[in-house]
Formats: sequence, C-alpha cells, structure tokens
Amino acid sequence: MQHRPRGLDATRWLLAGEWRAHPVRLGLAVLAIAVGVALGFAVHLVNSAALASFGRAVASVQGRADVAVRARSAAGLDEALYAKLARLPPVQAVSPVVEVPASWGRLARPGSESRGGRFTLIGIDPLRAMAVTPGLVGMAVTGQVGTRPSWRGDQIWMSPALMRSAGVGTGGVFTLTAAGRQAQFRVAGQLAGAGTEVQLAVIDIAEAQWRFGQLGRLQRLDLKLRDGAGARAAVAAALPADAMLATPEAEATRADALSRAYRVNLGMLALVALLTGGFLVWSAQALGAARRRPQFALLAVLGLPRAGLVRQLLIEGLALGVAGAALGVALGYGLAALVVARSGGDLGGGYFHGAQARLGFDAGAALLFGALGLATALAGSIGPALSAAQAAPAQALKGLGDVPDPARVPRAWPGAALLLAGAVAALGPPLWGLPLLGYAAMALLLAGGVALMPALARLLLAPLAQRGSSWLPLDLAVRRLWGVPQAAGLALSGIVASTALMVAMAVMVASFRHSVDDWLVAVLPSDLYLHLEGAEAGGIAPADQARLAAVPGLAHVRFQRVLPVRVDPARPAVALMAQGGAASVPIIARADGPAPAGSSRALISEPLAWLYGWRVGEVRTLVIGGAPRRLFVAGIWRDYARQWGAIIVPLADYRRFTGDASATEASFDLQPGADAGTVQSALQAALPAAVQGQAQFGRPGEMRQVALTIFDRSFAVTYALEAIAIIIGLIGVATSFSAQVLARLREFGMLRHVGVGRRPILVMLGLEGAGLGLIGALAGLSLGLVMALVLVRVVNPQSFHWTMDLALPWPLLAGLVAALVLCAGGTAIIAGRRALGGRALQAVRADW
Amino acid sequence: MRPDLTTAAVPTALAVAAPILAATGLARTVPLAGGGRRTLFGGVDLAVRPGEVVAIVGESGVGKSTLLNVIAGLDSADAGEVRIGGRDIAAMGEPARAALRAAALGFVFQAFHVLPHLSLARNVALPCLLAGVPAAAALERAEAMLAQVGLAGRGADWPAVLSGGELQRVAIARALVNRPGLVLADEPTGNLDPETAARILDLLLGEARDRRAAVLIVTHSDMVAGAADHVLRLSAAGLVPA
Repeated sequence: MQHRPRGLDATRWLLAGEWRAHPVRLGLAVLAIAVGVALGFAVHLVNSAALASFGRAVASVQGRADVAVRARSAAGLDEALYAKLARLPPVQAVSPVVEVPASWGRLARPGSESRGGRFTLIGIDPLRAMAVTPGLVGMAVTGQVGTRPSWRGDQIWMSPALMRSAGVGTGGVFTLTAAGRQAQFRVAGQLAGAGTEVQLAVIDIAEAQWRFGQLGRLQRLDLKLRDGAGARAAVAAALPADAMLATPEAEATRADALSRAYRVNLGMLALVALLTGGFLVWSAQALGAARRRPQFALLAVLGLPRAGLVRQLLIEGLALGVAGAALGVALGYGLAALVVARSGGDLGGGYFHGAQARLGFDAGAALLFGALGLATALAGSIGPALSAAQAAPAQALKGLGDVPDPARVPRAWPGAALLLAGAVAALGPPLWGLPLLGYAAMALLLAGGVALMPALARLLLAPLAQRGSSWLPLDLAVRRLWGVPQAAGLALSGIVASTALMVAMAVMVASFRHSVDDWLVAVLPSDLYLHLEGAEAGGIAPADQARLAAVPGLAHVRFQRVLPVRVDPARPAVALMAQGGAASVPIIARADGPAPAGSSRALISEPLAWLYGWRVGEVRTLVIGGAPRRLFVAGIWRDYARQWGAIIVPLADYRRFTGDASATEASFDLQPGADAGTVQSALQAALPAAVQGQAQFGRPGEMRQVALTIFDRSFAVTYALEAIAIIIGLIGVATSFSAQVLARLREFGMLRHVGVGRRPILVMLGLEGAGLGLIGALAGLSLGLVMALVLVRVVNPQSFHWTMDLALPWPLLAGLVAALVLCAGGTAIIAGRRALGGRALQAVRADW
Repeated sequence: MRPDLTTAAVPTALAVAAPILAATGLARTVPLAGGGRRTLFGGVDLAVRPGEVVAIVGESGVGKSTLLNVIAGLDSADAGEVRIGGRDIAAMGEPARAALRAAALGFVFQAFHVLPHLSLARNVALPCLLAGVPAAAALERAEAMLAQVGLAGRGADWPAVLSGGELQRVAIARALVNRPGLVLADEPTGNLDPETAARILDLLLGEARDRRAAVLIVTHSDMVAGAADHVLRLSAAGLVPA
C-alpha cells in the first residue's frame, strides 16, 4: 500500500470545504498579499530597468575605458596632464576627451511644446581613442570598429538615439549649442558602439576645444593601464588637485547612489503594503481558526494530532501565499509595464533624465518577492495555527473553549515593549547610508500599536461599560467590545495598521509639500528669472551680461554661475553656485564670526552638510579653478532642489579663482510699474543667438506652480500606495466583521429568542462597528502621527539629507477618521443583515 | 506503529477475559476560583469488555464528561491509570494517543458535530483518513456505513438538509466506520425527541454489538441507562453500581 502522511486527504478535503464556504474572505486575503507583492515587484522592475538604462548610458559616454581621470568641475583640466600621464609606466595608452553638455533645438520647460533636447558632446582624438575607447570612434563608411578612421573637422558622429530624437540622418546638417556657443556640423554617421539609448555625439577634439571655448582644457582622460598591482594608485598619485580618478566601479556606485534612497523608500512602501496584507492574512486566519475551533476539536478527538492541525492551517496559509505571490508577480509585471510606458523609468522621481527604460522580467526578483509574499502569509498563519493547536478539544466541543472571559485583563506589556523597541530603533543612525533602523522603528511601532489594541480598547471603553446605558443596543455593543477586547483587537489590526500607515504618509507628504512651498517663496524673491539649460560648460559672456543688465525696466540684476563639482568620485556631483550680492536662501544655521583671513565665505546646503560632514564655522578646502580654495562655512541653508549638495560662494571670488566670467543664471528685479512680459521679451532679444534655445525665463508664481506640480507627480506613486494601504485596511475591517458576525450567530439567536428584535441587533452591530472604527481610527491616528515623526525626523533626513517642518493636514485626517467610522459601522450592519436572515434563530439549536 | 485494536483483530477467547478499557484509581480535581481545588472524582476503577455496554450516570458537574475525556486521552487525570487494549495511554505521546483514537475509538456527541462543509460521505470517511486509509477506500466504507444507518445513497448530500436524528445517524456511522474496539458516547440522545432518541439508541447499540464493540455512554437519560448492560453512578467517591 502506498504510504502517505496520515490525514493528508482529510486536510485536502477540509481546505476545499473552507475555500468553498468562504471564497470571498480567502480571496481578499490572497488579493492583499498579491497587492503587496505586485507593488514591490513592480517598483523593483521599473527601477532596475531605469538603472540599467542609466548605467548603459554612462558606459556609452565613458567608452568603456579601464579607468578615467576626470576634472572635478566642468571647467576642466589643464591639457598638460595628458602628456604627464602618457609618460607614466603603468599607462599603456591615453585618450584625451573634451566632454561638454550640449543641446539642440529649443529646450523647453515641462509642458510646453518647443522641440529640443540635451545630449553629451564629446571631443576625441580618434587615433588615440581607437586604443582606449574604440566605441566612441565613428567609422567612415560602415561604422564598424576596427576600420581606420578618417575625420574632418566639421563632421559629427551621433548616437542612434540622438539621431532619432533630433530627426537628422547621415549627411544632414546638425546645429548644436554648447558652452554658450552655437555651431553647425555635418552628420558623418552613427556611433555603432553607443547603444540605442544614450543621447551622445562625438566630434574631433581640436574642433571641440576651438569651437566651445575649451582651448588648453580637457574634461577627461581615458586610460588603458598595463596589468599589475598598483597601476591605479600610481595614476592617482600623479593627479593634480582638480582631477580625480573615476573607476568604472565608482561610476556604477554613483549611478546607483543617484536614486538609491528614492528606490529604497518606494520599495519600503511596497513592503509596508505587504505588511498590511500580512495583518489581513493574520486577521483572516485567526478569525477562521476561532470560528472553526469546534471543527479542529472534532478532528483532534477523531485522531488528528496537534502537528497535523498546525500543518493544516499552515497549508492554508501556504495556499493563500502561493496564490497571492503568483497573482502578485503577474500583476507586478503588468503594473511595471504600464508605469514604464506612461511615466518612464524613474516613477516620476526625475532621477534618470534622458534614459529610456527597457523592461525585462527578472526571475530572481520574482522569486524573491513571491517568497516574501509567501513568508508573509505563513507568518500571518503561524500564530493562529499554534493557538488553535493548543486549545483543549473537549472544551471546544462543548462550546466552552471559545467563551471569552471578561474578567481576563488583556496584556499590555508585549505591545508596550514593541513600542519601546520602536522608539529606540528610531534613534539609531543610518546603516549603509539608508534609514533601515528608521523603517525597523516604523514596523516595530506598528506591531506594538496593533498588539496594544485589546488593552487599549478595554481602557477606552471601561468608563462606558461601568456606567451602562438604558438604550439596549448601545449597552450590548459597549459590553461586547469591553468584554471581548481580543476580538476587537483582531478586527482592529487591519484598520489600525492601514490608518497608521496612511496618516504617517499623509503627514510626511503634507509636511514636505508645506516646507517645499515655504522654501520656494524664500528662494524666489525676484520678479523674473533666467536659467540656461544644459550650460554647465559656460553660458552668458560678460558682454552679454552687460547687455542684459541694460534692458529698460530693470531695477536690479544678479548673475549666477552654477557648475557641477565632483567632491567624491562615488557620489553625484555637488552644485557650485557662484552668486553676486547677498544670497536669498532660507538659512537654518549661521556662523557668528567673520571669515578667517584668506578664506571665502561659503554657504552650504543641508544635504552637503549631511553628506560630507561640513559644519558651520569650519574652514574647508575645495578645488576651484584648478587649485584648492579655503572656504569658511558661514551658514547652512535649506535646499530641496539639489539632493547631492550645493555650495554658494561669492561670484567675485569664483571669478578670481577661475577667470570664468560667464553666467548661467540671472535674477531680475523690475522697476515699479514695469511690465514683466515686456521686460522678458526684451531680455530674450538681448540674449546672444547661440544661447536663445537654452534660455528659460520664469516668474516666481509659475515656477512655484511647476515645482509643486513636479512634486505632486513625484509623490503620485506614494499617494497610490497610500490608497491601496487604506483599501486593504477597509477590506480587513469588512472581512473581520463578517467573520465575527457569523461566529456570533448563536448570540444573536439567543437575543432574538429573549425578545430583542432584528433591528436593535443591527443597530447594536452598527454601533459596535462604529465604536471599533472610532477606536481603530483614533489609535491609528495616534500611531500614525508617531510614525510620521519617524518619517519626517529620521527616514527623510537619512534618505535625502534634508529636514522639514511638521505640518498636519487636519481636514484630511478628520475626514479619514469619519470615513473609517462610517465604513466600519456600515460594514458591520451589512454583514449583520446577511447573517440574520433566519439563520440566527436556528443557530441556537445547532452548534454549527 | 499503529495499534490494531479493532474487534476483528481481538481473538474471541481473549475478548472474554481481557477488557478493552481498564481504568484504575482515576482521580481528578479542578481549581477553585478563590484558590484551592475541588475533587471531581476519585478512586475510579472501570473495566469494559468487547461487546459490553456500560452507562455512567450522575449529577451535573460531577465530572462524567471529564471522565470520558480522560479515558479518550483528551484530558489528564491527577492520579490513576487508563489502559486501552492493554496500553497505558498516559505513557503515550500526543501523536500516539491521536493515532490510538483514530484507529481504536469511536465518538458520539450530544451536538452531533457533523462538519457543515463536507458531504455526508466525507464526514463519515474522516476517521478512516486519519487512520491512514486511502481516500477512495475510505469513501467506499463510508457509503456502506451510511447505508447501515439508514442513509443509503445520501453520501453526496450536505449536512444542512438533515434533521437532528439524521445528523446523529451520520455521527454514529462516523463513530463505527473504523470498526473501533470502544465507542465513547456523551449524551448521544440529549438533543433528540424521545421517539427519535429511542431509534438512535437502538441503532447505536445494535451496530456496536454487531461489531462486538464496547460502548461507554455518559447519560442523564433513564431510557439510555436502561438499555445498558451495566449502569454505574459517578460521584466524588468513585464509580458505584446504580
């Protein structure tokens, strides 16, 4: 005879019976798991696609050299370094590179219809580059690597993506703007090695230096090194202050760092949705186990051992998990495809400008997120399974085991201990640059809050229960809630978890938006602003600045030069902002004394202070204009625009350090009565033709509007996740109530036998539901506010390196509480109406 | 190894001499709300042989059901020993006791305890599955057993359409389907009207005797007690003939 575990068929039958009897409840639990898995998987897929695309773009621009020497700023390096490095023994070949941001057509603000785009313009010596970065060398006829290149000065080689977006082909004429100058080139062909995504063009290095003001300057030196230890170190030792070694690993780290915190935050939000799903599974399983207590008791009496019972409930959880995980992976892939098609690869976060994401199915991640869903379902099942296995079968068969004992005081210490652990975790530092302890704190607070629910329900209802009420439905409802706080805790777990999460997210987003709005008002005091897009290599020359300043209607003009500066090769560049006049930024910390002799006063942004550890009052060194400069940190300002840090230095000092008198931005104060539109037109006309296409004018009101629109778009995903969390919570309430109402049929039957009508019972249920909803919503609100503090004070600063002021969206929170109370009460009544359709009377006679 | 205690496996000569159930010196106390303990029963000695029907009567709260649970290995005694088929159940682990119940004991309850989400045949077949019988064979046995209790051809029906008497017939079929050596019945007619109760009792005892299964019944009913071979009264002092 075939040997199989005892009772396996029985388990199969019982599971099938349970699924047949409660398809909706179990289906919703599956859905809850699926939603969490789908969100996590989708966020992972979309971000992986975007990151891979960004990485490919970086690799294409780099040309896949062994290692590159990069200028710390867009101002570049002295080309004498080329000869110096070429003489180093470990260096086999060097390819000098001019790399400048460039644009074609008219760059437009988001939403406008002008046509144009940004790309990277690279100047190389093709013969040198053949030995180091052959992928950057365009070939005369076929574009195949390995053919001897023959270049002319007016030729340009374009990546397929750039050709596509600019709408030019081989032989066509392409006009581009870089470093404030415009030039025309004839398209010689496609860069076959550039891949299909990157926006890139390559010209001869001498042309690049001559036409775009880079004579004697290089931005990069691509190196091919001989094998052997210490080659990189030898190169690093030979570098001047304004150069740094950029290894492929550091470039990859930088690309990853760019959006890492954002990705981790979204991933965590998805896990939070999964966690809520886990609570729902726990609630469904616990209620199911309580309802089926006599069934389990019967099985124990008939010979099913405890382990078999635990196995049965775990198999149920496993089935829920497998179904939820499979559905979640499928949904997640569909969701990711939809998101990539609609919003691109950065989920609206704006981190991967110009990179086109290609979605692929990541089987490893699918298994991982599926396994997380499975683990969540099993974790939600294990507690109820162990509890069911410990119940005394004889008592349960008599209908006595599940009778709640109102004299038993629910334990508060496990919940309090979890809350305390959460508070301690919230005080912890970031780990690996991420607020992992902050998230752990939120999970602990959530678990503690849910665990505390029975004790809290008992505490809150004690005064009402002691006083009693002459209105029977209210009296019965209060006594039930007070007397069976464990059941209340079960029903409340979903509602508390989802409310707390939603409140936390809503408060964080409201605080952030409020702070960003205040910040925008503070940093936009002028009447009109000019920004040159894609002009890091230079923009408005001094003569053009003078012409702009002379435009009628202007009371005051301030020019600014902004350029990226590398402080750490593994981190994205810091923005160096050379400003004329007093800086108009919201200062959050200020040095008392004057700047020490020989140093320049600098203001640093909050993220810079966080990332690089600069403190107010310190003197720090930064390479500007090829030499280290002493900067006195005179203050820290709040900055939400540059997550990777910014430094403001006086424009005069910058010009003295670098000799670069160009400007990339300007702010204009108008004379009283001057018309902003007229002045803007005059300024536009006064701009040199070369930068007309890059110029973007803005007025504070519309810039603020655009910024907040972008903000809202960035948070669209989090709003969606919030909505999903609350829907899962409400589903939890609905399923909990219907299960509890079904489990209490005998109680209702007894009440009807002793003369309580159907309507008062429904009113009682409605009051119980509303009471539970109120307790849950208030508890969720309190817990959510604490979790919001963790988000605002711990998670955000540790992720994005900026702080914000706490702002509470009271109307939203009050609406949420009201909606939950109504929903819980309504659900209870609907469940009651279904359950009371005659079955309650019969239930007094039968135990089932 | 699964104990084989079915009547079919017990040689007739031994069945006369060896009790299927032997309890000696059983005592049980329960905790009092204000501290201390109250004795439910003490010094209980009991022997039930194959084919015998023994009824236990006594006042409510004296511990009749608890005694039944102790005998079934669902509850523990403070003192004494229970042997089923010669094996001391206190010395067995929980899985072994569960296996013993599946193979050697049948149960009939006052409240029927028929699972509402399983068909009648599957309800009856459950003990077979728990004793390791393959599903197809278990269902076959269940259909045959249902026919013997007057529910022929009803295996695919759901419990919701059955009357109380019919539900108890299903419960009896379930109790006997594994051919147990001992059937434990706790107020088996308590939820039934007198006429149905009489028919159900006849059915239970008739089927049990046909299989030479011993029956131990806890009851308040004179009618049930009157049908037993021996009637014992349980009190704090122990079991005495009624």
